[in-house]
Amino acid sequence: MQPAQLLEQLLERLHRGDSRSVARAISLVEDQTELGPAIMQGLDQQRLDTALTVGITGPPGAGKSTLTSALVHHLREQGLRVGIIAVDPSSSLTQGALLGDRIRMMDHALDRDVVVRSMATRGRLGGVCASAGAAMRIMAASGCRIILIETVGIGQSEMDIASLADITLLVLAPGFGDDIQAMKAGILEVVDLLVINKADMPGSRKLLLDLGRETANSDRVLETVASERQGTETLLERILAFETELRQEEEFKQRRQRSLNKETVDWSIELIRARLTDLVDNEFLTGLDQDPRAAAEQVLSDVLRNSLTFQR
Amino acid sequence: MELYRILIGKPGLDGHDRGAKFIARALRDAGFEVIYTGIRRTPDEIAASAVQEDVAAVGLSSMSGAHARLFPAVLEALDKAGAKDIPVLGGGIIPAEDIPRLKKAGISSVFTPGTPVDTIINAFREACCQHHQQRC
Repeated sequence: MQPAQLLEQLLERLHRGDSRSVARAISLVEDQTELGPAIMQGLDQQRLDTALTVGITGPPGAGKSTLTSALVHHLREQGLRVGIIAVDPSSSLTQGALLGDRIRMMDHALDRDVVVRSMATRGRLGGVCASAGAAMRIMAASGCRIILIETVGIGQSEMDIASLADITLLVLAPGFGDDIQAMKAGILEVVDLLVINKADMPGSRKLLLDLGRETANSDRVLETVASERQGTETLLERILAFETELRQEEEFKQRRQRSLNKETVDWSIELIRARLTDLVDNEFLTGLDQDPRAAAEQVLSDVLRNSLTFQR
Repeated sequence: MELYRILIGKPGLDGHDRGAKFIARALRDAGFEVIYTGIRRTPDEIAASAVQEDVAAVGLSSMSGAHARLFPAVLEALDKAGAKDIPVLGGGIIPAEDIPRLKKAGISSVFTPGTPVDTIINAFREACCQHHQQRC
């Protein structure tokens, strides 16, 4: 089959919600194949606009996957098609990855309207943002009303991934004291909702108090026991109410634009990386400043000048 | 090098997952992206997961003797899900006389205790490479 025909068929099936086409489209984009950009440009913009993306992050063992599964359960009760992207780290040494988040989502394995995709970070700086963002949009185009993106950790890069989403959620559980000590200041400036999961365990009260009075008293903090689906329905209501709130104002569009801008920058860096490596390794054999920072400015000014003359 | 996504799963009621986990880790260390679905999966669940994850190969593990029924059942489930092209490899406590039967049913490789891990890795790599060549 001709590539153009293939693309058309893939897009048509994808928009009908065909599992295989959705999955293949994500792979073709993630693997940076030639068809990738054309797939992304062929997605139904209206569906992208109506979909809501929710980033879920938190330390390992806080119960993110279980919470995600509970949210999916409630969303399916409302008859909504859901997408889930579970991001786990790749080994920087071997590029390999073990992706096990599906285990806690097997309740929904046979439900065609629950689209699950495990993704490895593939060790690219900012790269996963680009791939995860694309996967989000492909799922949205396939008819997913809500897409949940789950990432491990509370470090900067995970926050970056979560910030791709329209609404972000941080999941904590009792017993992660030290992690939280380091970041408690201003936690609610970074995320929209804070979920204290495993709230039936000893120490959950202390965790709440550790977060400081202001945070503990905020209405943006919710308690759940995800494994029992306790508090998870309320959490979903809260998420959807927050969405309505954001959409009434310009805020929703602004957030979307901000994350698109961020993805654009990530992709720019990704695309220019190879060119820069080549330039530094091969073309600037001599004549670069010994100080890397100064050398970088030399290289960049050279690249920019060349691209400008190229355009003319 | 191209990155291959594969799924490792255990169909049936047998909960002995040491082999599956060992292989999953070995394949991860060999540079594969391994999606592990855990124990006690139905063939339909494995097939649906393989489709959603767009894997290039599926690896099945069995210890307690149900391979003769369950491995072909996964092939059927994949066929039903429109993913007949995804190669299926299997391993575990599998008597020598069952191996030709499994291969005839369509299992592309069968591994038993004592199969060197490199042999298994190479078999997965070859299966994935072939599958990637077919995809657009």
